[in-house]
Amino acid sequence: MSSHYEAPIRKPLIIGNKNYHDVTVDVARPVEGRANKQWWIAFTIALIAFLWGVACVAYTVGTGIGTWGSNKTVGWAWDITNFVWWVGIGHAGTLISAVLLLFRQKWRMAINRSAEAMTIFSVIQAAMFPVFHMGRPWLAYWVMPIPNQFGSLWVNFNSPLLWDVFAISTYLSVSLVFWWTGLLPDFAMLRDRAVTPFTKRVYSILSFGWSGRAKDWQRFEEVSLVLAGLATPLVLSVHTIVSFDFATSVIPGWHTTILPPYFVAGAIFSGFAMVNTLLIIMRKVSNLEAYITVQHIELMNIIIMITGSIVGCAYITELFVAWYSGVEYEQYAFLNRATGPYWWSYLLMMTCNVVSPQVMWFKKIRTSIAASFIISLVVNVGMWFERFVIIVTSLHRDYLPSSWTMFQPTFVDAGFFIGTIGFFFVLFLLYSRSFPVIAQAEVKSIMKTSSETYKKLHAAHDNHSHSEHNHH
Amino acid sequence: MGLENWNVANGGLNGSYVSVTVNGKKLEKVPVIVQPGQAKGTAGLALGYGRSEGFKKDMVVGVNAYSLYTNFNSFQTAKLTKEAGEHEFACVQLQKTLMGRGDIVKEATLKEYREQDAAHWNEMPQVSYDHKEVPAASIDLWESFDRTTGHHFNLSIDLNACTGCGACVIACHAENNVPVVGKSEIRRSRDMHWLRIDRYYSSESTFAGDVDKKDAASGLMNSIETFNAMEDPSDNPQIVFQPVMCQHCNHAPCETVCPVAATSHGRQGQNHMAYNRCVGTRYCANNCPYKVRRFNWFLYNKNSDFDFNMNDDMGRMVLNPDVVVRSRGVMEKCSFCIQATQSVILQAKRDGRIVGKDEFNDACACSAACSSGAMVFGDVNNTEDPIVRLKENERAYHLLDHIGTKPNVFYHVKVRNT
Repeated sequence: MSSHYEAPIRKPLIIGNKNYHDVTVDVARPVEGRANKQWWIAFTIALIAFLWGVACVAYTVGTGIGTWGSNKTVGWAWDITNFVWWVGIGHAGTLISAVLLLFRQKWRMAINRSAEAMTIFSVIQAAMFPVFHMGRPWLAYWVMPIPNQFGSLWVNFNSPLLWDVFAISTYLSVSLVFWWTGLLPDFAMLRDRAVTPFTKRVYSILSFGWSGRAKDWQRFEEVSLVLAGLATPLVLSVHTIVSFDFATSVIPGWHTTILPPYFVAGAIFSGFAMVNTLLIIMRKVSNLEAYITVQHIELMNIIIMITGSIVGCAYITELFVAWYSGVEYEQYAFLNRATGPYWWSYLLMMTCNVVSPQVMWFKKIRTSIAASFIISLVVNVGMWFERFVIIVTSLHRDYLPSSWTMFQPTFVDAGFFIGTIGFFFVLFLLYSRSFPVIAQAEVKSIMKTSSETYKKLHAAHDNHSHSEHNHH
Repeated sequence: MGLENWNVANGGLNGSYVSVTVNGKKLEKVPVIVQPGQAKGTAGLALGYGRSEGFKKDMVVGVNAYSLYTNFNSFQTAKLTKEAGEHEFACVQLQKTLMGRGDIVKEATLKEYREQDAAHWNEMPQVSYDHKEVPAASIDLWESFDRTTGHHFNLSIDLNACTGCGACVIACHAENNVPVVGKSEIRRSRDMHWLRIDRYYSSESTFAGDVDKKDAASGLMNSIETFNAMEDPSDNPQIVFQPVMCQHCNHAPCETVCPVAATSHGRQGQNHMAYNRCVGTRYCANNCPYKVRRFNWFLYNKNSDFDFNMNDDMGRMVLNPDVVVRSRGVMEKCSFCIQATQSVILQAKRDGRIVGKDEFNDACACSAACSSGAMVFGDVNNTEDPIVRLKENERAYHLLDHIGTKPNVFYHVKVRNT
């Protein structure tokens, strides 16, 4: 969707002297060319991590959850921390694809494809955890409300874990459909440029017979709008449901109404940070700096700053309400977080999440690629620790002091997590070489208004016509 | 002397070693436990440990103190020298003190009990409802379920009569085929006690002093200091025992959160656990404020890694055939000995009579084993059952009443002489 007029002073979204053909060639190059050494190194590391994770999961399923560090009091630790971390990361993609579409933000065109891919791959990682954290994961299908021979026995709709099942599966399916619909014209582009019969066959199937007729485009625009409308509420609802895992419980530190907005803001915060991490690397490696410009990075940094501030506000609110409520168990829960045995994780969380986004008030920092990359990593580390703090420090010291315990992860906890990171990068690296990583059809639709080439043309044309007027 | 007990990262308790010399005889590598309240300058060493053989090698623990035992003297002068090394203890409870949480174990002195109202020494939590202070127990989000027909089980635990002997724990283990998990699992806080006895030391010289100290803490820094200090037991503490098991809450936080409905509420008031439906998400255990639920982290039976009571034929012969042996990956907890109560009910049915007033008490493992009469189990719908009077007693209170769980287990306020 392109608007008809854009002010000349707006920074161009496609820089350099690019024309339509350049866009096609630049986006197709990583797919059509051979993988370079850097890609192979990254892929090998990711694959090893993935296989290590598979081994750790197999060990867990074969021997028991006892191979992890959890105990009678801390029943969830790294498993659910990682689950929430991955789901949170996924929210950025949907926001960029859906919400920014509804808000007609043209800068989303260059980043939405990769952001949405990130969402799908991170939701896949997230889904591993609810399945494999179960004591009997081979019975995981029992959470599905399907007819069975037990009576039929329904699932328990009161349970937030069950709401998670529906929320995450809806999220995955809607994101997949949205992503695929947007990919159709781009797969068609690859199909039309394909040289070998195998490539042509594959991309023909993937593009579902896209013909490029005006009718196809009209349907494309309509469906995008509908799916954006469907996906937008998901941005808010999915992580709200995830937060209900904690908010609806009775444990001090979990049982608080601030969790839904706090989690949603945190999700967008960590998601945009991950998008930055991925795109800063990808734009350099795949030579896409003309499309994923510094302005794109800056705009994402601004969103990181806003959501980071919301998260910081939420932390302070929690502390205030713990004091104001006068509930002694709640007060102890927060004193313990900050000064108890896990004070170091609380400090990490606060520094990474509250302090680091604030440095982006300085334009110099938020337009610096290096600084943005470092901050994006720091934010994701901080957000992991936030979930760790919420889960482990609230559980390990709750109501009865006799059940207070400590938690220490095992190599299997770490291995499973590293495995999901490996799996994520395996998928992302494969995607970057077989999918068009930029929504090139959509980028082409904004060339006339937002690219540097055309802005220069318009400026010259205006000057020319002005000067003609003046002469007359 | 530099002798210490400390908790390592996973919670396990470690301690120093000493060598003990008595009348020229030396005993080496004796692990040290620092016991709060023990007189300074004394050391105690129990006889009976340190055997050379045991039924299982894990039963061979401790040191043989008989070598130091001269002339049938129970008290002798000993010389202790610190040795290098760390001993790994298996201690189920990490936290020694009650942190001033006076509503968990309620106490009164005899003077207070006689002279003051129950409202003073058995203070019920209040909430504000319609701008009036009302007992928290009177507020209910849900409609009540009518349990006046049939049996309604309650368990009474008198904190005065409880000596902390642990017979109830052993009885529960034996009755319910609770697995032995071994030292390394206990160190990682993965014991399987359905019924446990919590033991608290006071940090001030009395528990009442703890509560006062906690209430007096004001301001952020003072509160932090107070709570930090309260983690250490006093050198001359008061001590209290509290047996805790599944409270069979009428509004159980565990029941609502199970995604597959593996835990539900019975008509007789018990919280049921369907082992064969449990997929092991452990949300129920996380949501239990009493932390009474136990998870089968490994396969504890027919598993040579856990060669304790369920790995050989002889050990398995001892198992109670009326109770399921749980597999890996499922939750378990106190069931109010449902197999025993059902058996009582069916036996009465077969005999064509009503259940007698003490029958349930004798059937439930913990109450049957309790020799001091601290634990009484019974049917509150039967007016003749002793539990009815115990429940109406003004010393009766529920644990963590303010959460609104409405437990079927109640405690009696501990009354001390001074």
